[in-house]
Amino acid sequence: MIVFFIRRLGQSLLVLLIVGLVAFSMFRFVGDPINNMLGQERTQADVDRMRVELGLDRAILTQYGIFLKKAVQGDFGVSYRQGRPVIEVLAERAPATLELALVSGALALFFGIVFGMYTAIKRDSFIAKSIMTASLIGVSLPTFLIGIALINIFAVKLELLPSFGRGETVKIGGWTTGFLTRSGLIALILPSITLGLYQMTLIMRLVRAEMLEVLRQDYIRFAWARGLKERSINFNHALRNTLVPVITVTGLQLGSIIAFAIITETVFQWPGMGLLFVNAIQFVDIPVMAAYLMLISLVFVTINLLVDMLYFAVDPRLRVSGGKG
Amino acid sequence: MPVPVLSVRDLSVEIPSRYGVMRPVDRVSFDIAAGEILGVVGESGAGKSMTGNAVIGLLARPAHISGGEVWLMGQRIDTLATETKRRIRGRRIGMVFQDPLTSLNPLLTVGQQLTETILEHLAVSKKEARQRSIQLLQEVGIPAAAERIDSYPHEFSGGMRQRVVIALALSAEPSLVIADEPTTALDVSVQAQIIGLLKRLCRERGVAVMLVTHDMGVIAEAADRVAVMYAGRLAEIGSVRDVILTPAHHYARGLMASTPLASLGMRRLRQIPGSMPRLGRLPQGCAFNPRCEQATQRCRVDPTPTLSDDPNGRAACWYPLKGTI
Amino acid sequence: MISRISSFWASDIGWSFRGSPVAILSAIMVVVLLMAALFAPWITPQNPFDPSELNLANGFSPPLQENPFTNDFFVFGADNQGRDVFSTILYGLRISLMVGVLAVAFGLVLGVSLGLIAGYVGGRVDSIIMRTADIQLTFPAILIAMLIFGIAKGVAPIEYRDQVAIWVLIVAIGLSDWVPFARVVRGAAMVQKNKDFVLAAKLAGQGPMTIMFRHILPNAMSPILVIATISLALAIIAEATLSFLGVGAPPTKPSLGTLIRVGQEFALSGEWWILFFPALTLLMLALSVNSLGDWLRDALNPSLKS
Repeated sequence: MIVFFIRRLGQSLLVLLIVGLVAFSMFRFVGDPINNMLGQERTQADVDRMRVELGLDRAILTQYGIFLKKAVQGDFGVSYRQGRPVIEVLAERAPATLELALVSGALALFFGIVFGMYTAIKRDSFIAKSIMTASLIGVSLPTFLIGIALINIFAVKLELLPSFGRGETVKIGGWTTGFLTRSGLIALILPSITLGLYQMTLIMRLVRAEMLEVLRQDYIRFAWARGLKERSINFNHALRNTLVPVITVTGLQLGSIIAFAIITETVFQWPGMGLLFVNAIQFVDIPVMAAYLMLISLVFVTINLLVDMLYFAVDPRLRVSGGKG
Repeated sequence: MPVPVLSVRDLSVEIPSRYGVMRPVDRVSFDIAAGEILGVVGESGAGKSMTGNAVIGLLARPAHISGGEVWLMGQRIDTLATETKRRIRGRRIGMVFQDPLTSLNPLLTVGQQLTETILEHLAVSKKEARQRSIQLLQEVGIPAAAERIDSYPHEFSGGMRQRVVIALALSAEPSLVIADEPTTALDVSVQAQIIGLLKRLCRERGVAVMLVTHDMGVIAEAADRVAVMYAGRLAEIGSVRDVILTPAHHYARGLMASTPLASLGMRRLRQIPGSMPRLGRLPQGCAFNPRCEQATQRCRVDPTPTLSDDPNGRAACWYPLKGTI
Repeated sequence: MISRISSFWASDIGWSFRGSPVAILSAIMVVVLLMAALFAPWITPQNPFDPSELNLANGFSPPLQENPFTNDFFVFGADNQGRDVFSTILYGLRISLMVGVLAVAFGLVLGVSLGLIAGYVGGRVDSIIMRTADIQLTFPAILIAMLIFGIAKGVAPIEYRDQVAIWVLIVAIGLSDWVPFARVVRGAAMVQKNKDFVLAAKLAGQGPMTIMFRHILPNAMSPILVIATISLALAIIAEATLSFLGVGAPPTKPSLGTLIRVGQEFALSGEWWILFFPALTLLMLALSVNSLGDWLRDALNPSLKS
């Protein structure tokens, strides 16, 4: 088991190194960093000083090493567009994205499991069939169209909910939260539904498929034969056995929620990292792009590792055999 | 005469299908007394397991009881409400399934599964339930039960798991145990142990056992009486000695002649020509008539004979056999 | 052509097609949209990108109403510059479909080649290719496409950015969806390469190229077709999403996604038709291609069901 984790950790580090290399190449070879930073009015002396400052006069491999070292320390350079350290800009935007991702992830997980179980247990009922049909259509809709539809119905037509922004936020330390004000919470509704809907559909379909499989198993029939309550059979026996595959996919889905937040944030002008990234692409703000890429990769890799560890917590069979590579 | 533990009267099970209504169990009647083991034998598809499932109330839709009565200790149970039926399962009727590898929930310890069943049916504290679980495990012959109780199913061998399954079936002290092919999935060397265990528990606790199997060897070893089923109907019922040595029904005779039994000495094995008709394709008259060497016009035309058509009440046959094979 | 159609109609696939109203409806829809896109210049009342054909007085004409100043009539209304929304949709559809089809073609060629090489050569080459695929799959395709788009934009000289944007979009989306093709072809190659007829072809002196394309590839045709159809739906959605985010087709060559991006601004002030009709068109396109892909997957190979 320890060997398994060390190997997984090694793989994760390798992925991060490769992503780091991509980010470094972007930084180093896309456009001319000196041009981008100094602008038009510059002297040769400025250029030379900048070359040394950025380490551009050294060997490429050394430069990569310095880049990684700085990245680990949180130094991703200065945003071309805003002229401020990238890490500062990202830290400012992170709470908005994380709060949105958290709420929509929780929504997706909760309703995904509830609907998935319902459609599996009552699979012949009219409601279950309607949910399944709706989900089929839902999967093939682009996220941004759903967001636009919600805005036009609830913000423009009914004027019930705000169409953009986070509402009022409260600052606690370096963290701005929208959880503590009424307008902040209201502003979360439409974006989190938009962001969570697709993931919810995926989780729901997966839970349903796994649940149908598990409900056919002998140990479920045996649980019935032992006179256990239906509730206990569905939750304690069936749901628990569907969790292993559900955790994998859900874990990865939660990762992609942060990535898909790019779309939702643009639709709702939500001041998070995703919107920052889109703007960075539009203005070719390479340091921000590179930093965002590395940050997202870190999140993905961490989630993957956590998912692996959760396996062991859920499935006792793995704890003994050591798991498969 | 004391009231039998289980009394089944003219029980029929029907499955509606697009080829018409099938009747996998057709007017079957038998009794089992306390401390008695009734073997139910027949080919696969003869309706043995379906009978067991009908008795405990676990028929999978769309199969349902279409006629007859099931009495448990003088109480009619087939007409009870769903919730009352659930309370009977496990509490008054225990069940043992064929494959111990799949009948235990892999994600719960055997202790969790035992105490869960005990707490569901008996008014005891958690501590007492655990104590009882350990006793039960000891009783079914699991060494170091107090330590093994917190093990997961995959940490036991197949034979040991079947002992756990038996402990689970007995955990709320039922008066009837339905064992559905309890040894079929086990190694031959383990089969005898499990049969021995079932026999011992049946005697010690005065439990009535319905032992469903296709293996005449198991019947000869364990059962007191035997019911032979053919195409959903009861062909013959009687003491093991009588049915094995002097079968009265032509099918039972064929079955005995095709079974290698050490206790019957070395005889040439004979096959029954043909195969059991599929449900929904039953011939008119006695279901066995196309394969019966002595079938007459009456067997092919008259309605199916029942046990009461035999002066001795043993075989559902117009021309029951007398004497040895 | 007619005999091809009638033989399709009589085959197993045709039988399954006739039994599925959803598939028939989707196919009709796809054909109609495809034709509309192909013949856009002949169908549309105006070329919306030819300034000489526009009249600013037509700006914001609502659908199905005669404009009081110019007496012009617009089925789907007109946008702020007096462009006929119906015409912009058909021209946008052209770009959306072109990007989608070319991106899938690019991803297909790339994926099939890499998959063939990985499966046929095996060993180290195989593990490098498949490990790259694994890593790429960890990240959502849209993120990868955006990144490629961003890098390309940085590399391209500013004055050419709008011109190359469409091609960059095609490459970016294509690069982000080669993995499923590679996986299925690799699987087929690994199964087929040890079959007798492949060994026989080898003994007969046929080169690896011939063997790969003549003997191995035909065995993977139906899954490739299924993946291509589903990828097309995904590529269309990806293109629309990127263009909507402002990192795709430029306003000078708008796709459906760009039109929706522009329309969104006007919807807030009440000119709903500039947003609604492009959105509806995209919706129908995405839904019909997707259902067609779903049906094809089930019809060709039930075991491919996820």
